[in-house]
Amino acid sequence: MKRAARSVFPHPFLTVLLIVSWCLLNNSFTLGTVVFGIILGFLIPQGTAAYWPGAPRGIKAGKFISYLLLVLWDILVANVQVAWIVLTRSNAGMRTHWVTVPLEIRTPEAITILAGTITLTPGTVTADMSDEGHCLLVHALDAASPEEVRDEIKNRYERRLKEIFE
Amino acid sequence: MTGTVIPEILIAICLLMGALFMLVGSFGLLKLDSPMKRMHAPTKASTLGVGALLLASMLHSFAFDDGSLHEILIMAFLFVTAPISANFIAKVAIHRGRDMPTPEPPKDQTWSTLDVPAETGSPDAPEAPVRG
Repeated sequence: MKRAARSVFPHPFLTVLLIVSWCLLNNSFTLGTVVFGIILGFLIPQGTAAYWPGAPRGIKAGKFISYLLLVLWDILVANVQVAWIVLTRSNAGMRTHWVTVPLEIRTPEAITILAGTITLTPGTVTADMSDEGHCLLVHALDAASPEEVRDEIKNRYERRLKEIFE
Repeated sequence: MTGTVIPEILIAICLLMGALFMLVGSFGLLKLDSPMKRMHAPTKASTLGVGALLLASMLHSFAFDDGSLHEILIMAFLFVTAPISANFIAKVAIHRGRDMPTPEPPKDQTWSTLDVPAETGSPDAPEAPVRG
């Protein structure tokens, strides 16, 4: 039964996402849009499944939603902090650092989300990844020390993503 | 009359906040002096600045119209695409090398951007191995 469901909907999260975005695009929530959304949510994952093998399974949705809320809150707080730094500090007074973050998570999807989170929270930008994917290169606008930024990323985001994906 | 005052105030606050963060973002773009530092200013404008403007648009539609949730979709697409373009700009900055030199990665050989085969440019250089 579970296998049959997997072959019909290879990426259940993508299916749900497509139905929701279709309803949002139409700006209406009627039977017609939902049914067409389900058709799209069936066809698009089927067509792209071959290019996305080995998608992570058993993602904890509840923890993922609380992670999203945490990131939104952090974006809000960090925005104000960075705006203050930009307005009040001189260029020479900023303690800019390159930070290397060794990764514990190995799932590509989780690493992508971590890198995106780092870029979206103002003050840090993900610049690059090491050639075999074991660490990230992060640029910090103003930080007391690279170690501090690294520990915050590891404790705040990576630990939660590890719980969600692995 | 009084029914429309509170939403109008809320919309005005959101618009002002969005405009303020967009202004700080563009001011930062002018003020900061190195390419990597400049990257921080637009990420700020595109998250909270656009977010507050879209929130104002949503509030307006719910208060004076049928209500619309298109804006969530704009936000979602922005959040998905902004880190990728930032990543590409950062890669160019690393290649040009006008910024601070990058540190060595603690675990692997080098950063993937700098990981170029020795015979770049020669037409019969071996292709990069495809990761399975």
